[in-house]
Amino acid sequence: MSALAFFTAQAAGRGFANAMMISAIVIFATVGDVLIAAAMRGIGDLDEIRAKSGLGGAIAAVLGSAKFVSGVFFMALSFFSLLFALSHADLSLVAPASASLTFVTNAVAAKIFLKENVDRRRWIAALFVCAGVALMAA
Amino acid sequence: MTFRRYVVLAIVALTAPLGDTMLSLGMKRLGPVSLDNLGMLIHAVMTPQVALGIALLICFFASYLASLSWADLTFVLPATSIGNVLVALLAKFWLHEQISPGRWIGILLITAGVGFVTQGPSYTETAVEKAKEPALQGAEARQS
Repeated sequence: MSALAFFTAQAAGRGFANAMMISAIVIFATVGDVLIAAAMRGIGDLDEIRAKSGLGGAIAAVLGSAKFVSGVFFMALSFFSLLFALSHADLSLVAPASASLTFVTNAVAAKIFLKENVDRRRWIAALFVCAGVALMAA
Repeated sequence: MTFRRYVVLAIVALTAPLGDTMLSLGMKRLGPVSLDNLGMLIHAVMTPQVALGIALLICFFASYLASLSWADLTFVLPATSIGNVLVALLAKFWLHEQISPGRWIGILLITAGVGFVTQGPSYTETAVEKAKEPALQGAEARQS
């Protein structure tokens, strides 16, 4: 009985660790995505900027945006979180779970921060994804 | 759709799972990284498998951006969601991971979820864009 309790506790601990590692990847990626999307929206049409001030001007406009640079920083944090998670957990859990949950959190973040339309169909798809991740982690 | 564009979509679908598999291969070889020793993650980037994985993910990103320049996101997303299935197959047959039936169902559910989204509208019009198209606005007003 105590052996069973030990294994249950160990499995629960591993599940918690997996959840934390996947959450780190997803949260950093979402913050990065929203910052980069907001930066690109603020900068405006790159084709017009390039027509006016050349390719160098377009690159300077992107790299000069504090939002863009911090977005890239969060993307890098997300990538290193992915490497960390892959050193502990299965690829067949981490890769689908992090990619698809980022998709869901991006939908929520886009709704709140970028004021995009998220229709009922997308919320249903988000539920599919969450159910799928829960099944995978089980 | 030309043959060349199908090749680009195939690259989108293949490079992401291959890249992730290489990252996993490299990290499993290094062993678990402890929280006290996060500097190992920087060192990991230099190992051949992880470096190759990063190169593949850069190829993925480039082909993904290229495909988005001529195709709707709704057309490209299913190609990327196939990657979930491919990554599971690579994990099973190359990395020899155990994949429980529950995990297979989960992976299929996610892939179906992405396919479901792609049936919907792909683009949200902003208020400014709507104002630029009075004809469209009129049509919408008639509908409602």
